[in-house]
Amino acid sequence: MSGWALESNAYLMETKVVIQENSEVILSVTNLQAAIDGSEILKGLNLEVKAGEIHAIMGLNGSGKSTFSKVLAGHPDYEVTSGEVLFQGQNLLALEPHERATGGLFLAFQYPLEIPGVSNRDFLRVAYNSHLKAQGQAEIDVFDFDDLIEEKLDVVKMDASFLDRSVNEGFSGGEKKRNEILQMALLAPKLTILDETDSGLDIDALKTVASGVNQLATAENATVLITHYQRLLNYVVPDYVHVVADGRIIRTGDKELAQELEERGYEWVLEDASEVAV
Amino acid sequence: MGLQVSENGMAKAAETYLSRLLSVVAAEPLTQLALPELRQAARALVQEQSFPSARDEEWRFSDISELLALELEAAKPLSEKNLEAIAPIPNRPETQNSRLVFVNGVYVESLSSRSGLPQDVTAGSLANLCSQPELKSQIEQRLGHASGHNEVFTALNTAGFQDAAVIWVPRQVQLSTPIQLVHYALTEAQTAVISQPRCLVLAETGSHLTLVEEYYSRGQGQTFVNAVMEVWLEANAQIDHVRLQDEAKTTFHIAKTAVTQARDSRYTCTAVDLGSQVSRHHLEIYQTGEQTETRLYGLSAIAGDQLSDTHSLISLSQPHGSADQLHKCIISDRAHAVFSGKVYVSQSAQHTQAAQLNRNLLLSDKSRVDTKPQLEIIADNVKCAHGATVSQLAADEIFYLQSRGISPNQAQQLLIYGFAMEIIEKITIASLRESLTQQITEWTRW
Repeated sequence: MSGWALESNAYLMETKVVIQENSEVILSVTNLQAAIDGSEILKGLNLEVKAGEIHAIMGLNGSGKSTFSKVLAGHPDYEVTSGEVLFQGQNLLALEPHERATGGLFLAFQYPLEIPGVSNRDFLRVAYNSHLKAQGQAEIDVFDFDDLIEEKLDVVKMDASFLDRSVNEGFSGGEKKRNEILQMALLAPKLTILDETDSGLDIDALKTVASGVNQLATAENATVLITHYQRLLNYVVPDYVHVVADGRIIRTGDKELAQELEERGYEWVLEDASEVAV
Repeated sequence: MGLQVSENGMAKAAETYLSRLLSVVAAEPLTQLALPELRQAARALVQEQSFPSARDEEWRFSDISELLALELEAAKPLSEKNLEAIAPIPNRPETQNSRLVFVNGVYVESLSSRSGLPQDVTAGSLANLCSQPELKSQIEQRLGHASGHNEVFTALNTAGFQDAAVIWVPRQVQLSTPIQLVHYALTEAQTAVISQPRCLVLAETGSHLTLVEEYYSRGQGQTFVNAVMEVWLEANAQIDHVRLQDEAKTTFHIAKTAVTQARDSRYTCTAVDLGSQVSRHHLEIYQTGEQTETRLYGLSAIAGDQLSDTHSLISLSQPHGSADQLHKCIISDRAHAVFSGKVYVSQSAQHTQAAQLNRNLLLSDKSRVDTKPQLEIIADNVKCAHGATVSQLAADEIFYLQSRGISPNQAQQLLIYGFAMEIIEKITIASLRESLTQQITEWTRW
């Protein structure tokens, strides 16, 4: 079994070179280690993401996959203890969370927060203007922004009335996730990390969200899907599937790997990995 | 022993203070407003009480002893020219022709306008209206008769108010034009002045009224504004009451709003407190009929060394009543907010639905809030909930906004703004809602 795993990895590395030879490296994570409240969650994670790619990161609860997304976005509760993250060639870990965002990193939250009293429209405009400001451009006025945002609503089939409600307040689970994709559509990030965006969604909402992600994926940007289930990957087809366990990527494959995980569960990958380690 | 003497000394000073205030405020009552019995009874009520101290349960958290240091005088009449120069009236298109302006508690005709109101709606000053004997006797039956009239500052107002605003909406008149009531406290010199605004509002059976009550102060001297408003809703009447207190930091503001609701009436109050060095608003609601509805929204946004105290009482005594209260405080610097909200549900008030929530946002290490939500329920078949929260800005919310490219400063600003807007949004007068939104936006820019 262990031989199979090694062979499979070798095969993938080869194809990767062939397909993505000339693409820009957007994210390069080397030996990333991170802890929360002193307990280590990420234990040496390595990942490279190039323009035009869609990666899926899968794993059991507590494997560290969500932590990985939060560390990349700069959540203050997590402490990076070791490793390096280059984002478009820049040291990502030296940047404040808002600088990472205006630099082109976008995290779609697993549990988007509610901000009572702030309209979705105002929130989106302030966010969009911070991006313009960071790029040295003039801020957009209210009217031009209204035109822009209404155009983006189509991507997630959202009604304009959502813009005048408080941010995520009283939104259903599906509406909150669609609102995350709307923000992504507006901010046009270089790298999007979707943290369990599919969890808790019914099939229609899942299709809408997936269609939004597909519409926004281009040859210049990249997407990392963090998910527990293979279901999302039927609609957003990944180039690579990584399995995370105990804070490391223990296996990398293509979309067939996700299918296999769905059918056989995670135990066999974990066993393989421990045999390799021995 | 030394302490004993000084405490006695304080108490004595406080006693003398009240008697002195009584003589100051009673010095020049207008003859047609003598109201001898009412005044006499109120004076007696003041005389039997002492100046509030921290030992009184109702004043435990609010220290108003600074007031004792003011050598207050009655306000002198101001020239019309001066008035217009120092009292800029907020321009509200909605109330351009339905506006009553009082300066130091006295009606100013030249700054007021009531041409936009139907003839059968009474809106004016008590001093003028008293010339109509029938109306005078109607007014006398209500004025000073609301529950809670015996509280010391309320009685002080009754004992000596110089004039009063009277708003009387007749049966079934559903007034679409809002009425604006502006109270200015003005000082021309460096004197300390007491001003006692008074207002009587009556909405007869089935009538509708939107009322905007605004308090401002200007001038070099200090002012003590001691305001009382009595509101009566007859059966099925509806009042939407907006109250803004934005006085200068040289002002002490103590106010009572006493509301009596008859059956099927609906009363909403949205009160915003931004100004004054020390402010205390005592809001009392008495539901006296079945199926009445009360909604109270409040916002205090204070900084520096301000104290803002809201004491509310909602007393439900009949079945099927409902009450919904949300009071929010944003406290910055060394400011201090107090909320004490009592909901009393008597034995006969079955099927009551009441909810009360006080939310506080502390923006600095030295800011402080004392909150005391209280439910007293005797009836057994009711749905009641209450609570209070005290928090700083939530780190998770800031991170969420930051992850969208918004700087931490701007994120904080947006969150404070949102916290305040939950109340501001309830205001139905568009121009006031917009100017307050602007004010809050500026207030949060730090």
